[in-house]
Amino acid sequence: MKTSTILNLALSLIVISFNVHASSKVHLDHANTDISNTASLQNGAKLFMNYCSGCHAISFMRYNRIGEDLGLSDELVAENLMFAGNKPGETITTAMPEDAAAKWFGGTPPDLSLVARSKGTDWIYTYLRSFYEDESRIFGVNNSVLVNASMPDVLWSLKQGQTEADFDQNVRDITNFLDYVGEPAKLIRLKLGKWVLLFLGILFILAYLLKKEYWKDVKYGIWRPRD
Amino acid sequence: MKNKQSWIDQRFPLTKVFNEHLAEYYTPRNFNLWYFFGGLAMLMLGMQLVTGIFLTMHYKPDSAYAFASVEYIMRDVEWGWLIRYLHSVGASAFFVVIYLHMYRALLYGSYKGPRELIWILGMLLYVALMAEAFFGYVLPWGQMSFWGAQVIISLFGSVPVIGPDLLVWLLGDYAVGDAALNRFFSLHVIALPLILVVLVFLHIVALHTVGSNNPDGIEIKKNKDKDGIPKDGIPFHPYYTVKDIMGVVAFLWLLCAVVFYAPALNGYFLEHANFIEANPLKTPEHIVPAWYLTPFYSVLRAIPPMFGSQFPGVLAMGAAIVILFALPWLDRSPVKSIRYRSPIYKWALGVFVISFIMLGWLGVQPVTPLNVLLARVFTALYFAFFILMPWYTSIGKTKEVPERVTG
Repeated sequence: MKTSTILNLALSLIVISFNVHASSKVHLDHANTDISNTASLQNGAKLFMNYCSGCHAISFMRYNRIGEDLGLSDELVAENLMFAGNKPGETITTAMPEDAAAKWFGGTPPDLSLVARSKGTDWIYTYLRSFYEDESRIFGVNNSVLVNASMPDVLWSLKQGQTEADFDQNVRDITNFLDYVGEPAKLIRLKLGKWVLLFLGILFILAYLLKKEYWKDVKYGIWRPRD
Repeated sequence: MKNKQSWIDQRFPLTKVFNEHLAEYYTPRNFNLWYFFGGLAMLMLGMQLVTGIFLTMHYKPDSAYAFASVEYIMRDVEWGWLIRYLHSVGASAFFVVIYLHMYRALLYGSYKGPRELIWILGMLLYVALMAEAFFGYVLPWGQMSFWGAQVIISLFGSVPVIGPDLLVWLLGDYAVGDAALNRFFSLHVIALPLILVVLVFLHIVALHTVGSNNPDGIEIKKNKDKDGIPKDGIPFHPYYTVKDIMGVVAFLWLLCAVVFYAPALNGYFLEHANFIEANPLKTPEHIVPAWYLTPFYSVLRAIPPMFGSQFPGVLAMGAAIVILFALPWLDRSPVKSIRYRSPIYKWALGVFVISFIMLGWLGVQPVTPLNVLLARVFTALYFAFFILMPWYTSIGKTKEVPERVTG
C-alpha cells in the first residue's frame, strides 16, 4: 500500500540520520570497556585515586558508594582509595588549592564526575594514550587528541616496565571506572532492564490474549448493546 | 454496590458519564495501528506529571544548584535515576507519539469537517507541548540548556522596535540566568501543565461530540441501526480499552528498552554537552535544540537575515507552525482518507514527510553552504505542501468511498 511505502521511506531516513551525528575530527580508538567487570572497575578506581585524584575531583561521587558498588568494605576503601583522611560518606574532592592550580596549569583541572558522559569513553581511552614528546610545551609533552592540553603525561611512570597491552588494559580500566563514575546507576540499570522487558513481554502476551478474546465478539458480529 | 452507585448518581452523573464516554460511546470498528497514539499521548502526559512531581521534590531551580541537584537525583535519591530517565526519555517519547498522532490525522483526513475544532485544539496542545518541553530542557542547567535557551529567547529580541525591551521582560534580567531559570521552572511545573490538562479535556470533549474518524474516512453515524447505534460502531469499552491496554504494554516495552539500555540515545535524548554545567563564558561548538524542535530550527536558519535583522527567519519559523492550524480549510478534497485520495495528494504528502524529516536532520547539522541550500529547498517544499493544497486537492481523480467501513 502507498501509505506503508511512505512510512518505510520516512523510517529509513530517520535511521540514516542517526549515523551522521559523529562530529569529532580526531580518530578515536574503541575503548571496549565492560562496566559489569568488577575487577576492572576496582583496578580503575585504584589507578584513578593514585594517578588522577591529586588534581581532578569527582565531586558527585562518594567514597562509600564506590565501596558499595565495587564490593569493597569501608576499611578497604579507606586503605586503598582515601588518601586525604576524609569520611567514607564524603564526596571525592581534591586538596589542590585553586590559586596554586591556576599557577601550575593555568586553571583548576576539570572535575571528572561526568567526563565519560560529555566526552565519551572512546575519547578518554584514546586521550590518555595519545601523549607524545614536544619540547615546545611546558611539561615537554603534547596530546594528539586534545591539542596543547595543559595536562602532563601523568601515566608515564605507569607505562614504564609494562607491555603496551598491559598499559592499554590499565587505561581501559581507568576509562571503565570513569564510565561508572559518570553514571553509577548504570550498574543496576543494565541488570534490571532485562527483567523489566521480560515482565512486559509476558504482560503483552496476556494483554494480547485478553484483547483477542474480547474481539471475538466483533469478529463474529455478535456484540450487542447493553439491555 | 448498586446502592452506592445510585447514591453517587443522585449527586454526580457517574454512570451517565461512564456510559456516554466509554460503555456507550460508539467507535469505528476498523481502527488500525495509527489509532493507538492518542491514548498513548494521554499516557505520556500522565507519566510526565507523576515523574515530574517526584523530580520537583528534589530539584533546585537555582542557577548555583540546579545542575548538581539533577546529579543528586541521579545518584543519591532512591530510584531517582529511573524517575529522571522516565521523564527525560518520556519527553522525547511524548513527541514521537504526538508526531505519529498528527501524521495519522494527515493520512486519514481527521482534521476535515466536522472535526476542525479537534484539530485546532490539538494544534494548541502541540504548541503548548513545545513550550513545555523547551522550559523543561533548560532546567538541568547544562551547556545545551543554557545556550539553547539563549538562542530561542534571543529570537524574541529580533522583533522590531520592542525586541530589546521584550527580551528583558521575558528574562527578568539582561541575560539568561538565575531569574530566567526560576521563572522557566514555574512555567514548566505549573502554568503549562495546567494548560495542557485543560486542552486535553477540551480536545476529548470535542472528539466525543462528533465521534472518531477512521482509516476509511467514513462517518459511521450516517449508518445507524433501529436503536440509533452506528452499524460500524462498537462500544469503546470494553473493546478499545482492552485493545489499548495491549498497545500500552507494547509501547512501554519500547520505552523501557530505551530507558534501561540507551537513556541518552547517543546524544539525541540527552545531549553530551548537557553533562557540562552551564557556562556563560564558553559557547559550545555548535548549539542544537532537542530533536523534536529541529525542523523549525532549520526553517529559522534557512532564511537569511534581511535589513540586518534575523526577524524574517523568526517569522518564517512561526509561520511554519501557524500554517498547520489552517489545514482544515486548505484541504478541498472531497474524500478524507489516503485510501481514496488522488495520486497527486499521495505524492504531495510523501514530499512533505521527507521535507519535515530532512529539515529535522539538517537542524542538528553544522551550517555549511550545501546544508543551507538544502534547508532552503526543503523549507520551500514544506510551505508548498500547504500553500498549493487548495489546488492539488481539488484536481486529480479520487477513488470511490465505500458506504461501510472496510477491514
